[in-house]
Amino acid sequence: MSATADVQSPSVQVTGPSALGGDFKRFVYLSVTLAATDFKLRFFGSALGYFWQLMRPLLLFGVLYFVFTEFVKVGSAVTFYPVVLLSNILLFTFFMDGTGAVSSVVDREGLVRKIQFPRMAIPVSTVLMAAMNLTLNSAVILVFALASGVRPQVGWLEIPVLLGLLTLLTLGLAMLLSAAYVRYRDVRPIWEVALQLLFYATPVIYALETIDVSGTIRQLLALNPLAMILQQFRHAVIDPSAPSAAEMAGGAAYLAVPLGIIAAAIAVGYWYFNRAAPRIAEEL
Amino acid sequence: MRPSRSAAPAVVCEGVSKTFRTPHERRHTLKERVLHPWHRSGYTRFEALKDVSFRIDRGEFFGIVGRNGSGKSTLLKILAGIYRADSGEIRMSGRLSTFIELGVGFNGELAARDNVLINGIMLGLPPREALQRFDQIIEFAELEDFVDLKLKNYSTGMQVRLAFSVMVHVDADILLIDEVLAVGDAAFQQKCFDVFHRLRDEGKTMLFVTHDMGAVARFCDRAMLLENGEQRLIGEPERVGQHYLELNFGRDSTAVGQAAETAESQGDAIVERFGSRGAEILDAWFEDEDGRRTPHISQGAGCTFRMHVRFKTSVARPNFSVVVENEEHTPLFATSSWDCGVETRAQEPGDECVFSVSFTMLFRPGRIWATPWLVEGESNDVLDRRPRMCSAIVSAVHDSGGVVNIPHTAEYTRLTASAVPIAKS
Repeated sequence: MSATADVQSPSVQVTGPSALGGDFKRFVYLSVTLAATDFKLRFFGSALGYFWQLMRPLLLFGVLYFVFTEFVKVGSAVTFYPVVLLSNILLFTFFMDGTGAVSSVVDREGLVRKIQFPRMAIPVSTVLMAAMNLTLNSAVILVFALASGVRPQVGWLEIPVLLGLLTLLTLGLAMLLSAAYVRYRDVRPIWEVALQLLFYATPVIYALETIDVSGTIRQLLALNPLAMILQQFRHAVIDPSAPSAAEMAGGAAYLAVPLGIIAAAIAVGYWYFNRAAPRIAEEL
Repeated sequence: MRPSRSAAPAVVCEGVSKTFRTPHERRHTLKERVLHPWHRSGYTRFEALKDVSFRIDRGEFFGIVGRNGSGKSTLLKILAGIYRADSGEIRMSGRLSTFIELGVGFNGELAARDNVLINGIMLGLPPREALQRFDQIIEFAELEDFVDLKLKNYSTGMQVRLAFSVMVHVDADILLIDEVLAVGDAAFQQKCFDVFHRLRDEGKTMLFVTHDMGAVARFCDRAMLLENGEQRLIGEPERVGQHYLELNFGRDSTAVGQAAETAESQGDAIVERFGSRGAEILDAWFEDEDGRRTPHISQGAGCTFRMHVRFKTSVARPNFSVVVENEEHTPLFATSSWDCGVETRAQEPGDECVFSVSFTMLFRPGRIWATPWLVEGESNDVLDRRPRMCSAIVSAVHDSGGVVNIPHTAEYTRLTASAVPIAKS
């Protein structure tokens, strides 16, 4: 009949939940909305929300700066040490906040069990929120850096690439950890310890070229993808006289190792999350 | 000519099964996994759904009933794409929205606008549309005065109203609903019912899972009874409801299931199918004024009842009849081909024909049932009688309360004071 001629036979197959499946637009809307909501809650939940959000890394910065310039004279050998320390802390905070997605899927049980949506939106939204935070905080670094005498330079063009690499690493780990946590609840304490370890293994509070270790160990430390990103950030953005990541690693070819780790993190993270996605609702 | 079915099905579910495996001792940590890598604990298999198949036409309201643990919520979650079926196939046409819980994503710390946005996006609305509809949503929920209040300061009833309002403003073609009707005060419930009537007028397809047989009888065109993951019965809401109640009140469930099948195949004198089957009523349905097969007819509009018959034996003088009843089994209207003076020819085996009765729908809002039957005119032998074979929902803006709303006129004449003799003493 003409009135119903336009009706198609059921063509869409329901295949069950997946990591990314279905409407990509909806995935984007969901990720952004979840991130924006969390951001709002954190900042507008209390009158001084944003203030505290910013204070956390600033206080950490204050303590570390005081300790490492007054007692342990680590900073004295580093040009622009306060700027380097602050930017390192904020970059590491981004990594920490983003991988804080470890419990995100479990925390959003109410959504996962009640509604169909691309599951990947959950870890992505956590990383997105960390990125929003970093964007706000970077305004503070910028003012601080300019006030300290850092001048805009060509190296700043590397910022998107470096932040992109950091985001990929963070996202890969966020996917891996959040999916693993659904099954193994000791992933979180393990990851917290690992983060502590990483904080000291990465040149956040010290400069790689100033520490008193053998050349091999120095080179090994430089192969940590976080170290690579922070080192290159320092070289390109803050102080061109500081050694670049390639120099620290012992040659540009060695950068294949940290880059490979980043690629592996995103690939394994995606693979594992994708594999776990259809069953997440059942296993919660 | 027999009119074609109104549309391709909206939902097709074929042979869907789902088994949950619950480990005897659940390993929740990596440590245990690492310490006992080869230690395998046994699994308990729980078959939540066994080979469930059905198809739902476009515009149909389909109820899924069953006791706790019968698998109805699992089925809904599989249809919604929250769980993955182990086997079987599900196909849908149209935009799907799931309401397993009201207010998914609501956050008490946020005001109404943010929550409407979040919930709307969760249910599949693009953010811009969610914001565009915000005023309508708030108006429908009657929360205009509380827009800026944080959700945690809303009463439970207000939260439910807001959530329900978002739900009805999400444009979906197929709605999956899990017992959300039992909320709100009486006035709000009435509003919900109005919405359901509106949705059916708009041709939406709805699947809804519930314990409430009243709601099923009121809204659903068909219903399915699940028990222990198996589908026991698909059919008229009333019959399904009957079996559901029997299941609930402790009768041996398999016996009930068998009884249902027996009733289906053999016939039970009054309630079930009856007749020599010298001819079979294959199908019966209502159509609206435009000749569309529909279960929904507006009061005052024209409609047609049709039955499709196939003859298995020679019948010299077939007489086609129909009785229309309301929900209380009161016959409202009956007629037959003979009563109307319609000439019916002698029929040979294999002949098929359609008998139609057109009338103006004057009955009160609610469900009406049609019992088609076919008699050999000479002998008065019943060839086939199928009680309450099909039904339709009559909708109207206003229910006057009478069984039939006969076309009428009314007049009001004001009498002047002088014309009214007032007795004074």
